Amino acid sequence: MALRISSARYALLGLGALYLLLAMPATRTWLEATMSTHMLVQIPLLAAIGFIAGRLLPQRCQESLHTAAGGALPYVVLAVFTSSYWMLPRAMDAALSSMLIEMVKFISLPTLVGLPLALAWKRLSSIGRGFVWTNFISMLAVIGWLYIAAPVRVCNNYLVEQQSDTGWLMVILAVLLFACWLGTLFVGGDPALHRQAGDARA
Amino acid sequence: MKPRQRSIASALLVTLLGTGVLWQGTDGFRAFTAEGARRVDILRAPRALPAVVLEDQDGRAFRLQDYQNQLLAVDFIYTRCMTICRNMSRAFKQIRDRVPQQMLGRDFSLLSISIDMDRDDVASLNAYASIYGADSTNWRIARVSSKADLKSLLEAFGIVVIPDGLGGFEHNAAIHLLGRAGKLVQISDIDQPIAFADGISAWL
Repeated sequence: MALRISSARYALLGLGALYLLLAMPATRTWLEATMSTHMLVQIPLLAAIGFIAGRLLPQRCQESLHTAAGGALPYVVLAVFTSSYWMLPRAMDAALSSMLIEMVKFISLPTLVGLPLALAWKRLSSIGRGFVWTNFISMLAVIGWLYIAAPVRVCNNYLVEQQSDTGWLMVILAVLLFACWLGTLFVGGDPALHRQAGDARA
Repeated sequence: MKPRQRSIASALLVTLLGTGVLWQGTDGFRAFTAEGARRVDILRAPRALPAVVLEDQDGRAFRLQDYQNQLLAVDFIYTRCMTICRNMSRAFKQIRDRVPQQMLGRDFSLLSISIDMDRDDVASLNAYASIYGADSTNWRIARVSSKADLKSLLEAFGIVVIPDGLGGFEHNAAIHLLGRAGKLVQISDIDQPIAFADGISAWL
């Protein structure tokens, strides 16, 4: 038990350090220099920090947050809205030109995307999880495709070429995620399915 | 409240708030990009422009304010640009050829402003003008006289210029319309020059 508490503490320290590292001006400049690292590294990392921090919250705390909202649904909706907002090219431009919006980005991605997803995830049925996955994967693919096809830059701060690079990365990522997700559905996961498959073979 | 009711109620609340934020953040689902936001903003509140001194393809100095009492179409280019500036200049040529000749230079003029202060001198502006037959009486190809002036002009127009890493630039491509009071009143796409020219004729 003591071991688990201290390992959670170390994990929290690690998360805090990662967060501070991401917030440092040099790191921000570096990750925001290209569209793909901004969208596909910095933003996901910020959300992931919130997600892992949510997992590390004391069980009691998670329970009471759950009870307060009445279930997983509100948290999923919150994460979907917040992540949609940060997919707006306009919001990304605003974060680059205004320190205030940049701060809002750094606060909202962990607390309003990652954390609520972590709170909801344990309580979601496999259908609920499937919905979140497919919604995310299809959004990634569609926006990626738009970025590849757009003849003009959608972000004032990034070149059209970077934009189509990002688009390709997003489409590739969507395909990979979809493959992984399908993989867990059919290969890993459900022990009941495994047993049935074993029975059939026998 | 039962958990299920509470869950639905809070999900609805989040949906309402979320939609509100997205509505606010996109000017009512009209502007998803910073460029779109700039256009919506101009329509809502026409913008005054700084009185910077420009120099045209014939080396003559002038200001934007000299065009008050007529309509002025403005775009931003640089003469070594091989891609989008060329499209814009072709569009400007089409507009010039479409607008009734007697209006040109009197009720309506065109102006292309270079964003490449370092390399675009009067000679290169002149060479660029001759490609499109731009006559300085109705279509000036101009440069700004100082870096500070260029910066304030680009800021007022809302143009963001970034180097493309190959010695060129990428920047907002659009047709900017200045009204008779000298304010920026409308920003349109460059791919419909004929519609723009017909709009001008109707406006006059």
